Amino acid sequence: MHRTGELYGQFQTLEQQKESSTLGMWIFLVTEVLFFGGMFLTYAINRHEYFTAFGVGSNTLDITLGTVNTIVLIMSSFTMAMAVWSAQTGKKKLVPLFLILTLTLGCVFLGIKFVEYKQKFDHHLVPGRSFDVWYRVNHPTPADDPKAIALEREELEKATVSTNDPDINSHAQLYFSLYFAMTGLHALHMIVGAGLIIWLIRVSLRGRFTPQYNTPVEIVGLYWHFVDIVWIYLFPLLYLIDRHR
Amino acid sequence: MNQTPPSPGFHLPRDHYLNANYGIKSWLLTTDHKRIALLYLISVTFFFFIGGIFATMIRIHLLTPNGALVTPETYNKLFTMHGVAMIFFFLIPSIPAVLGNFLIPPMIGAKDLAFPKINLLSWYIYIIGGCFVLYSFSTGGLDTGWTFYTPLSSIYSNSAVTPAVLGIFINGFSSILTGLNFIVTIHTMRAPGMTWFRLPLFAWAHYATSLVMVLGTPVVAITLLLAGLERMFHLGFFNPAMGGDPILFQHLFWFYSHPAVYIMILPAMGVISEIIPTFARKPIFGYSFIAASSIAIAVIGFFVWAHHMFVTGESTYAALAFSFLSYLVAIPSAVKVFNWTSTLYKGSISWDAPMLYALGFIGLFTIGGLTGLFLACLGLDIHIHDTYFVIAHFHYIMVGGAVMGYVGGLHFWWPKITGRLYPEALSRFAAVILFIGFNLTFFPQFILGYLGMPRRYHSYPPEFQVLNVLSTAGASILALGYLLPMCYLTWSMRYGKVAGPNPWPATGLEWKTDSPPPTENFHVTPVVDWEPYDFLNRPDLGLVAGAPLAPAHGDD
Amino acid sequence: MQSQLPLYPPEASNFAPHVDGLMVYITSICVFFAFAITCVIIYFFFKYHRKAPSAVGFPIHGDARLEAAWIIVPSILALTMFSWGAAVYVDYRHSPPDVLDIYVIGKQWMWKAQQPNGLKEINELHVPVGRNVRLTLASEDVIHDFFVPAFRVKMDVVPGHYNTMWFRPTKPGRYHFFCSQYCGTNHALMGGWVIVMEPTDYAEWLSGSGGAEANPVAAGEKLFADKACATCHLANGTGRAPSLSGVYGAKVLLADGTTVTADDAYIRESILQPNAKIVAGSQPLMPTFQGQLTEEQILALTAYIKSLQSQPVPAKGSGVAASSTGKK
Ligand code: HEA
Ligand code: HEA
Ligand code: HEC
Ligand code: CUA
Ligand SMILES: [Cu+2]
Repeated sequence: MHRTGELYGQFQTLEQQKESSTLGMWIFLVTEVLFFGGMFLTYAINRHEYFTAFGVGSNTLDITLGTVNTIVLIMSSFTMAMAVWSAQTGKKKLVPLFLILTLTLGCVFLGIKFVEYKQKFDHHLVPGRSFDVWYRVNHPTPADDPKAIALEREELEKATVSTNDPDINSHAQLYFSLYFAMTGLHALHMIVGAGLIIWLIRVSLRGRFTPQYNTPVEIVGLYWHFVDIVWIYLFPLLYLIDRHR
Repeated sequence: MNQTPPSPGFHLPRDHYLNANYGIKSWLLTTDHKRIALLYLISVTFFFFIGGIFATMIRIHLLTPNGALVTPETYNKLFTMHGVAMIFFFLIPSIPAVLGNFLIPPMIGAKDLAFPKINLLSWYIYIIGGCFVLYSFSTGGLDTGWTFYTPLSSIYSNSAVTPAVLGIFINGFSSILTGLNFIVTIHTMRAPGMTWFRLPLFAWAHYATSLVMVLGTPVVAITLLLAGLERMFHLGFFNPAMGGDPILFQHLFWFYSHPAVYIMILPAMGVISEIIPTFARKPIFGYSFIAASSIAIAVIGFFVWAHHMFVTGESTYAALAFSFLSYLVAIPSAVKVFNWTSTLYKGSISWDAPMLYALGFIGLFTIGGLTGLFLACLGLDIHIHDTYFVIAHFHYIMVGGAVMGYVGGLHFWWPKITGRLYPEALSRFAAVILFIGFNLTFFPQFILGYLGMPRRYHSYPPEFQVLNVLSTAGASILALGYLLPMCYLTWSMRYGKVAGPNPWPATGLEWKTDSPPPTENFHVTPVVDWEPYDFLNRPDLGLVAGAPLAPAHGDD
Repeated sequence: MQSQLPLYPPEASNFAPHVDGLMVYITSICVFFAFAITCVIIYFFFKYHRKAPSAVGFPIHGDARLEAAWIIVPSILALTMFSWGAAVYVDYRHSPPDVLDIYVIGKQWMWKAQQPNGLKEINELHVPVGRNVRLTLASEDVIHDFFVPAFRVKMDVVPGHYNTMWFRPTKPGRYHFFCSQYCGTNHALMGGWVIVMEPTDYAEWLSGSGGAEANPVAAGEKLFADKACATCHLANGTGRAPSLSGVYGAKVLLADGTTVTADDAYIRESILQPNAKIVAGSQPLMPTFQGQLTEEQILALTAYIKSLQSQPVPAKGSGVAASSTGKK
């Protein structure tokens, strides 16, 4: 199927093409909702079942990094919206600029996520044989805030009756399995989004997006906002619920 | 015999999609929906063979109570791989990805699907997923059952589960993208005059199917991903020893896999809704009811999943609700069966092969569907759950129904796809063989099931042997029934009689273009100004055989 | 009575006639529809066979009254099937009060049953005719399913859960039972025999097999000491934990204000997930014993707790009478 200018051969008009692409992206996002939905359901059921252990898991997360990341992501949504706006109103120079900003913010998010993951490895919070929710309170590093450690210990002790309790530990492990599955899949979506944005930057540097033809920017924008929204749900579920300090 | 003889002297059109360009690259990189459909045709046939060979080995093994052929481990792998190959890599893609892909654009007057590259991508995803699964089969296979129940699949099985699960996970995206493509195409690419209520019922059925693909598949994808992660990294989502819940896995699995059975049957129902009016030469009875029932099946089908779990210990209230809803979802199927039957009334019925397949479909689907009512009945399911009764139920629907519909559809559109006719007498013979072989294979299994033979048994008490032998005998006839069409359809691609654009004749838009169609489907964009399945006001079909009597009733 | 090619298995429980009745009812409706549709199709097929190559059929587009009829009539029939089936199922899921309790444990690939007096059997299950029998099912590994075709009952055996099923055998004899949930390599071999005996024979069989040695109450008592339960659960209630005397079968008030009946599943949960339901007035102090006890040991502990009925100190070797509720 040959394309004439911006119009692909299977379509009759540009409007038809735009309508199709937008509808296609919306449907894709619906499938994504269900995709994440399966995990959210698993999370919800286990949280209900192992209320305390999930609270313990939640409390070990670094709320500062989480909050910063949320802000970064919201900002990136804003710059993405600006990129779409610039494309629609014909501000050809601004399009790549905003896209680059979005990409940068996306990378910052992934960087911070990486730091968080690394912490989890250091604190023996990665599910597996060496998993140990007690590790951090038993092996605090000089960098750790002693007050926070004390609080965490109190929290853990309240939740657990004796140190040989396999209960809290294995259920906190369930929490971290879900934590990694959910944030990992989210990060994967971010990486795909970043790839799409890099492609958009290349096209927009050639000045190809005009008020008549800007569907790619628009639908990648939709996707990017969706990925942000997933985080907006993940953040409270994983970090905030059961936070006592 | 009684079909309108194609006027002698038809020639294949000079330019069509098959000779548009040549070479392996022109196929592997094509974005033409028709060529992609043929790629799918080859690959799903391959998987059907694989699944069929496993089925044959199952049946031979079950000839004697202690198993004649293989070890228990191997037997368990056989039925697992049979189920996986047949469900995920044959039946789910079969009608949508082959016939749907080929026909939806010409049926609605479009040049192609809305996203041709994504269409090609979904074939590649299918192939990659298929490779993972074949890898798993060839490195020893897997023995979890196609349902992958945890913790057996995630902890206890030591067969090649992980690659198979990943393969099915990947393959899911192929299904999602196909569904997405169909929905968008049907929404935005219809030719002028092709209103929603002029859409062929085949398109309606595919629209409903696509809804299920798009809404259901992601859930099974994530479920299998979680199970795969659980296996690879020893996590505990579904492992009771670590606090997980095996029943949750079943809920998530069936949330997709029940609707998935409608992915398999709805397209076949679409095929039947095309064949019946064409060979009865008469408008389909209750067009809007058939169209609406497709959507109703797709929607209600999402709310019956836990009828696979009546004896897991789920709450009595949940069981009551799911049983009730399962009966509800049977009603739209009933509507279809009755409407097809009524379409025959005062028709002008020909005995061509597609019609034989279609009528065979109605009979076998009805038996399969009606036995679903036994399973949906709470008190009865306590006894027949996980017995051969279930095996017979779903083979009646999936083999007797969906595969019959698929083969019938292949016959019906074969002239459109290849430009040539298949040998008529042989094809009727094959249809009859299939019907007989099928019933002999699977009817005894209903009785076996009620007698209490559990499924997935590599050995069984001797009192079940007679019925098992009957079933195996039937399977050999059945295999012949599949072998025949495979041979003569292949033969006809080269040697068949040239068909002409509309050999039957049929009223759909796809029959208005050449056979085989040109790459862009139509030389000029068609404009639709006729109602679907209207044989009377279509002088172009050459069918004005005397003035018909005034209609007895109806809203003509 | 049964011919060479029977159509249904022997009817040997209270459920069998109901299930067979349902089967006959649904079969007759379905055969009616299948037969009617087939006949109509065949009749039309020949009657309206194309007369001339270019003949067209009658242009009938539909009929609203017919559509209504074939929506309503099947709906009503479906509703009757649903209701009858539901009635049988509800009966099946709610065991009557006076039952003979037998524990059944499934593991790859065998069944262990434990009679009320502690007698253990492997791949066999002896039950008296005419008594309501309740099986409490537990699994050591994967999901299994206990299926007795002659009784028309089955129930999944899910690791981490207790499921129960009940039936009343009505005919002495030997009947197959199967594992009907696929559970791995030897799933097909995981079956055995249910032996239905006259009550007197059953009692004889029970005592004749020396039930006292395998007394689960005794085993449970030993575990109760070995696992240090007794350090907290003092019989007189002065310990850190509530006394367990008389708990079994009683209504327990929980810290969140709700009450539960202390049945097998509750005891099991209290041992494995003590913090899931906290007894009112107690602290969540009890450690979990998840992973430290086998299903059999849990059953023994349960039996022991059950035996702590009225008197604070259990009578040793109290046997059938103390542990099978309701018989007397
Ligand atoms: C294409 C596949 C397909 C289709 C369409 C269906 C359709 C139906 N299925 Fe089936 N089913 C399967 C494939 C399918 N099934 C598979 C694969 C399994 C087993 C999975 C496994 O465990 O491996 C299964 C298992 C299964 C179970 C679980 C059994 C068990 O494990 O215990 C149940 C229980 O309710 C059920 C019910 C139904 C019902 C009520 C329908 C209905 O939609 C049928 C509706 C059709 C009709 C009713 C016929 C037409 C109507 C008339 C002629 C009019 C008369 C009607 C009335 C009087 C109401 N099916
Ligand atoms: C689309 C789905 C589909 C299809 C088409 C089939 C087709 C067939 N199936 Fe199967 N089947 C399933 C889906 C399907 N099945 C599923 C999901 C299960 C459950 C698995 C599980 O429990 O996990 C199952 C289980 C299953 C069992 C139960 C196993 C058990 O529980 O122990 C049996 C037993 O008879 C069986 C038989 C057959 C037979 C004889 C065919 C025949 O129709 C096949 C005929 C086709 C061919 C034979 C190939 C084509 C012919 C040739 C190429 C000719 C030359 C070849 C030879 C002569 C060998 N199937
Ligand atoms: C460290 C002290 C401790 C030990 C050891 C202990 N328990 Fe407990 N148990 C408690 C406390 C405290 C409660 C009440 C709070 C609750 O419900 O969790 C309790 C509650 C229970 C209950 C529920 C009682 C009711 O009244 O409903 C059962 C049953 C039980 N324990 C059984 C056992 C068994 C069996 C063992 C040994 C295998 C055991 N316990 C060991 C402290 C203990
Ligand atoms: Cu145990 Cu099957
Ligand atoms: Cu289902």
